[in-house]
Amino acid sequence: MMDSLTARELRDRIAGGEVTSAEATEAYFRRIDKLEPTIGAYLSLFREAALERAGQIDRKIARGEPVGALAGVPVAIKDNLCTAFGATTCGSKILEHFQAPYHAHVVEKLLAADAVILGKTNLDEFAMGSSTENSGLQQTRNPRDVGRVPGGSSGGSAAATAARMCAAALGSDTGGSIRQPAGFCGVVGLKPTYGRVSRYGLVAYGSSLDQIGPVTRTVEDTALLLQVIAGADERDSTSVPEKMAPVPDYTASLDRPVEGLRIGVVPHLNAGADAAVQQAVDAALAVYTAQGARLVELEMPHFDYAISAYYVIATAEASSNLARYDGVHYGYRSPEAQDYVEVYSKSRDEGFGAEVKRRIMLGTYALSSGYYDAYYLKALKVRNLIRGDFTRAFEQADCLMLPVSPTTAFRMGEKTDDPLQMYLADVYTIGVNLAGVPGISIPCGFDETNLPIGLQIVSAPFTEETLLRIARMYEKQTDWHRKEPTL
Amino acid sequence: MKGLLNDICANPGKFVANKMSTKPYKIIVGLEIHVHLATRTKMFCGCELAYGEAANTRTCPVCLGMPGTLPVMNKTAVEYAILTALALNCEIPSFTKWDRKSYYYPDLPKNYQISQYDLPLSRAGSIEIPLEEGGTKRIRITRAHLEEDAGKNVHTLGPFSAVDLNRAGTPLLEIVTEPDMNSPGEVRALAQELQRIVRFLGVSEGDMQKGHMRFEPNVNLHIEHGGQVFKTPITEVKNLNSFRALERSIAYEAARQYEEFLETGQTLQMGNKKTFGWDDVHEMTVLQREKEEAHDYRYFPDPDLVPVEVGPEWLEEIRGRMCELPLAMQNRLVSACGLSEYDAGVLTGERATAEFFDAAVKLGADPKRACNLLTQVGLKLANEAGTPVDQLKITPDHLAKLAGMIEAGTISATAANTLFERIAKNGGDPEASAKEMNLIQSSDSGEIEALVDAVIAEQAQAVQDVVQETKKAKKARGFLMGQVIQKSGGQANPKIVAQILSQKLDAMK
Ligand SMILES: [Zn+2]
Repeated sequence: MMDSLTARELRDRIAGGEVTSAEATEAYFRRIDKLEPTIGAYLSLFREAALERAGQIDRKIARGEPVGALAGVPVAIKDNLCTAFGATTCGSKILEHFQAPYHAHVVEKLLAADAVILGKTNLDEFAMGSSTENSGLQQTRNPRDVGRVPGGSSGGSAAATAARMCAAALGSDTGGSIRQPAGFCGVVGLKPTYGRVSRYGLVAYGSSLDQIGPVTRTVEDTALLLQVIAGADERDSTSVPEKMAPVPDYTASLDRPVEGLRIGVVPHLNAGADAAVQQAVDAALAVYTAQGARLVELEMPHFDYAISAYYVIATAEASSNLARYDGVHYGYRSPEAQDYVEVYSKSRDEGFGAEVKRRIMLGTYALSSGYYDAYYLKALKVRNLIRGDFTRAFEQADCLMLPVSPTTAFRMGEKTDDPLQMYLADVYTIGVNLAGVPGISIPCGFDETNLPIGLQIVSAPFTEETLLRIARMYEKQTDWHRKEPTL
Repeated sequence: MKGLLNDICANPGKFVANKMSTKPYKIIVGLEIHVHLATRTKMFCGCELAYGEAANTRTCPVCLGMPGTLPVMNKTAVEYAILTALALNCEIPSFTKWDRKSYYYPDLPKNYQISQYDLPLSRAGSIEIPLEEGGTKRIRITRAHLEEDAGKNVHTLGPFSAVDLNRAGTPLLEIVTEPDMNSPGEVRALAQELQRIVRFLGVSEGDMQKGHMRFEPNVNLHIEHGGQVFKTPITEVKNLNSFRALERSIAYEAARQYEEFLETGQTLQMGNKKTFGWDDVHEMTVLQREKEEAHDYRYFPDPDLVPVEVGPEWLEEIRGRMCELPLAMQNRLVSACGLSEYDAGVLTGERATAEFFDAAVKLGADPKRACNLLTQVGLKLANEAGTPVDQLKITPDHLAKLAGMIEAGTISATAANTLFERIAKNGGDPEASAKEMNLIQSSDSGEIEALVDAVIAEQAQAVQDVVQETKKAKKARGFLMGQVIQKSGGQANPKIVAQILSQKLDAMK
């Protein structure tokens, strides 16, 4: 089965002429035809364009021309990444018919690496959510249990990858939006260091937190995709210049274990997770210690404040980032509007969903005069303290290991009426965004109902190479990542 | 009241001059000035700046505020801003940052403006302005910061409004003064001095017609009454785009506020600032907002941009581009070249003119003669051609030669003007051109004597008037001069003609 191959395996076979990209692309579309009605991972599919592109790459290979790192590999991208073809909806009614006139930086990179883009995946509206239930356009189900959420906000990318409806995907992560759905769906997801990947063309949610990253079935595939998308981009002032942080070869060193690995653990953090999650994480730590790693108990005194700080900073930035969706220049405009103020108020009222409105209100409040110091400024201070926690942690340990999420995937509708419960689901992932450090989620077991559990590994800024090697040490010893969903 | 106001408006200068001394109040004005910087591209994207292009043709996804786009700072704009701030004697902090200023308006694509809030790129400076009555006055500068301009709403196309975003993202330098000005004339002087400075520095064309400079004065009065000083509520007049409107709006506001104070007794309080617009047709201010709305711009640092560090090296590099500033140059032209304040002011209106003049004087031109040629002919031609003086075909060397030729009596001042114009348009050497155009004056006394004799013989009546010193003597002498020069075909040196004519006529007495 072609769709059982990893992206790396598929790429090598296509480049080597064993299979064609057209065959692989067709196979994925057959899989999509079969499963998409159940899963609902995609907001748009580019069947004809993808097959045509696959054919072009096959002809390049047939002519013996050099091909890119993702030659002919069918991938999916989250629908908050701009593409000059098709719509870029962000899962929102307000942008349902929006067509970007340009590609996001990462889309250009994927195309330059000869990837084939199958379609664009569902997400919580403007990436705000932890279950993809906040999508204004469609519901996505977890391939491991279709009664459960795929996590979010990159739920579509994680579900499509887990269900083998694409070889790999891109997501974006502002507070855990790659790692948490990867954990819920039993795949690998990486949030790179802030500044590692250009945000140009990623529709902003929380600009100081957003990063684009891979969602794949293996650590190796994550390394492969990161290699393609990482690097400086002069269109994003926050992307880090090459001379300050050169992009290493992530795949070359991947199989080399980290000697004398020191793993930081924060006992009180892990204690907050469900028993099954705790057990799985403990078992994972044992796999490492069996390979000679040493555990270092750490304190992260400010970690508990991460959620509070995050929901002030992210919503403050979002309230400003989303101000441009006003019905004036593009996107949805209310047909009811009688004057320009109503163009704003009605278009936004009708175009945005409840969670987006809630976060805009929160952020607007936090930035208002009289409240700025008490909320926004204080949150920035907390953010600095959390950064300090991570900096000190990485003086004592090479990485930090903790759960991705306190629970496994919850039932659809279970938390939709309780936003605060939903926010708490991000407790383990949010601090990583506030600190700007890289974090990866890898499958580390299943609970009693056969739902996947994720192990989160976090490392110092711009140490993705080490982080991937550490993740690979575990993957080599286990086969959780090979357990396909039964669909 | 309206009658009085119209009267004031028709002649603000007179009103202020007359009433200021008698009315028991002092006008207090602080000014915000917005200056478009003349960079090649916009503040945060690569679009080229252009004026008068078809709507929305100078735009890109970034300045249209499309989803997913990010701003990238234009370093040249920051350098222009710092250079201007240095010319205004401002402190330049080593750290500055960008903030988002939020408000909803259709001409603002992102519904926030990238600006600078609590850490502007400069602060605490001053500007010296020339006063009408002579001398100068120092006005404190609170701060100068950079921001992006908005687009323009267009309401003239039909039963709807449209938005043109060509201007959106133009680098805008906002300069804020302390309330140190006390008359409409001072405010105008500051605005004009600032225009001269930004033009000298080459950081802005300062073209009022193209909206390169916009003014927003904050005006109120300090009224003395019974040993007490009453302060009237401050009014802000928005978006003035000419010196005339700026000056008149302040005069109008002063009178209006005084009348209002007499009627209502209202004084300055928190929150009673009013916002006015300027009606250019009726020449009056028009109330826009009664109370200063609790405008909450929700400023916060723009997470898409990194803070700017202005290190000593970069700052010195920018400082190295500083030129002699117009007022200093004006003073030098008065003291070193003996020019009048007025002439020095005209010459330093533009850097190109001033430098052209300087160069000619360095080449030996008599300053006064060079000044006359340059201001009377050069500026007229430059203005007609819509270019600076140094873009004409005439060079400082030509100017120096022309001035020298007048000095030597080789050509008349009038001939020099003619030659200047010809060379400015077509180029060419002054002496060769003078010969070619038959403008060389004759100073050959024998030749001139013959002409004088001929005229004396022909014009008996006029000669008689001079010799008998009748009432018409002076006029007659001038007439005879003219006749001689006419006979010479305009080429006789008037000095020598006058000399010979006087000798001959005096001998006849
Ligand atoms: Zn642009």
